[in-house]
Amino acid sequence: MTTNPQSTDAARRQFISDTARMACGVGLFGVGLGLYAKHATALPPAAIRPPGALPEDQFSSACIRCGMCVRDCPYDILHLAKPEQPMSTGTPYFVARQAPCEMCENVPCVKACPTAALDHSLKDINKARMGLAVLVDHETCLNFLGLRCDICYRVCPVIDKAITLDPQTNARTGKHTLFIPVVHSDHCTGCGKCEKSCPTEVASIKVLPLFMAKGQLSAHYRLGWMEKEKAGGSLVAPEVEHRYNMPDGMQYEHGKGLSVVPQGAASAAPAPTVKALSGDRL
Amino acid sequence: MSAVRPKVGTDAIAEKGWFAAHQWLILRRTSQLGILMAFLVGPWFGLWIVKGNLNYSYTLGVLPLTDPYLLLQSLLSGRMPEVLTLIGVSITVALYVLAGGRSYCSWVCPVNPVTDLAAWLRQRLGLKGGIRLSASTRFWMLGMTFVVAVLTGTIAWEMLNPVSMLHRGLIFGMGFAWTIIAGVFLFDLFVAQRGWCGHVCPVGAFYSLIGKAAVLRVHLPKRDDCNNCMDCYAVCPEFKVIKPALKAVDGAPPIILDAQCTNCGRCIDVCSKDVFAFGPRKQYRNIPVIHFPSTRSPS
Repeated sequence: MTTNPQSTDAARRQFISDTARMACGVGLFGVGLGLYAKHATALPPAAIRPPGALPEDQFSSACIRCGMCVRDCPYDILHLAKPEQPMSTGTPYFVARQAPCEMCENVPCVKACPTAALDHSLKDINKARMGLAVLVDHETCLNFLGLRCDICYRVCPVIDKAITLDPQTNARTGKHTLFIPVVHSDHCTGCGKCEKSCPTEVASIKVLPLFMAKGQLSAHYRLGWMEKEKAGGSLVAPEVEHRYNMPDGMQYEHGKGLSVVPQGAASAAPAPTVKALSGDRL
Repeated sequence: MSAVRPKVGTDAIAEKGWFAAHQWLILRRTSQLGILMAFLVGPWFGLWIVKGNLNYSYTLGVLPLTDPYLLLQSLLSGRMPEVLTLIGVSITVALYVLAGGRSYCSWVCPVNPVTDLAAWLRQRLGLKGGIRLSASTRFWMLGMTFVVAVLTGTIAWEMLNPVSMLHRGLIFGMGFAWTIIAGVFLFDLFVAQRGWCGHVCPVGAFYSLIGKAAVLRVHLPKRDDCNNCMDCYAVCPEFKVIKPALKAVDGAPPIILDAQCTNCGRCIDVCSKDVFAFGPRKQYRNIPVIHFPSTRSPS
């Protein structure tokens, strides 16, 4: 090789321009790939991960897209995402409305996963939290309309725990009862059987990802009645007795309703409305 | 203008017969198809030999195999590997150290027939020119996939990787994955000669790193018999790897040590003089290191 300073300078220039070209070209490609990958970590609501799936941000680094869970699912409900679908290509999902999770007792999909993208500590399928059923449409739910459809309640594998029927007065007829399906998040596994079985044209109950379906109280919130139970008595001392402000001559008792104050007792009762108006209570 | 050369391999066919002049090609296609079929007879006929895909597979319920490149990306995106995948990765790495790293490209990878077809068609149609990609492109790509894995915390390359896209597509359902494969085919046909597998693909780049220690290599036991027909250069998907060994550049030994050699064996097929043969690296362990564009043989 020659040691001519001019040629080494040219070689250096060549090296730098080649490196810059590569870094920019491949770098640009990398930026596109990175943004695309970031976008795809948001799972579409209808796609539900198999039981035991890690939270989405961890799942996309742990899942190696091998499809072992798909293979070991005895009901063939799992699919691997295709590139045109808006989630990480090659990752497993199922669509409850098409085919829900059958909640196998031995959880074969989790066992098949070689990377623990499906958490191997999940041994009891009832502890799975694939999503949360939500009765999304009160206007179309047949039970809300006063019928005894009850299908979601009947098909639920965790019947009477994950979904209960809550009797309420049917205000429309005034004499019937509505049996309102209520989902309880501490038991619902998100299997999707309710969504699959819902007889309305478009399901009125749907399984949604937990982060969409579940609210959360602020950390500082305290539920008074629970605090009272925990403390074994009222936390306000002395406990104030609730008083109803009634028209003259009337009284109200919890569970009995409004009634006329019996004669003779009237004078003993205070006249709270007058007092309230006079300003000493407000 | 030079005279029109006869079709590549004509001499070899005349000398050795058609079958002998295609034996490694036939074996290779059998291997590619056989591996694919081992995955497919399960979903097609319920005969479960191999479950999974090239990223991770489980053979006959005993043998786990993990793609080391994928596992490394998973690690970089922040996930510690599990025992089973680690066992799988050690087996795979051991296998490719023995068989030659990029033998993955020519004997296993489903994209290889696609780009081979593009190269064959390019030759038949007499398509010349196109962009010239630097030999280091694939390593830049490899580095980029690692950086993106770290920055996004996902195995981002799997979103586009044509290798797993095609293999997974064939086994689990293709969807629009074919568009990416068509893109690779057209890229190789019209844009860059041997563009994807020969210059861009980071999967090949990764396996070539394993290949730096590869045991199985192509030897040139009769390199002095070479009649300069150039057929080996014409069929070689990584034609730069042949010259040092064939022409003893810088006193290079008669063995292809360049890690980009895919051990496809086509040079063995098309050589009418039987210059090439497969053999272990061992006997050349103490031979001087060769330096040739962007690659160095292991010490």
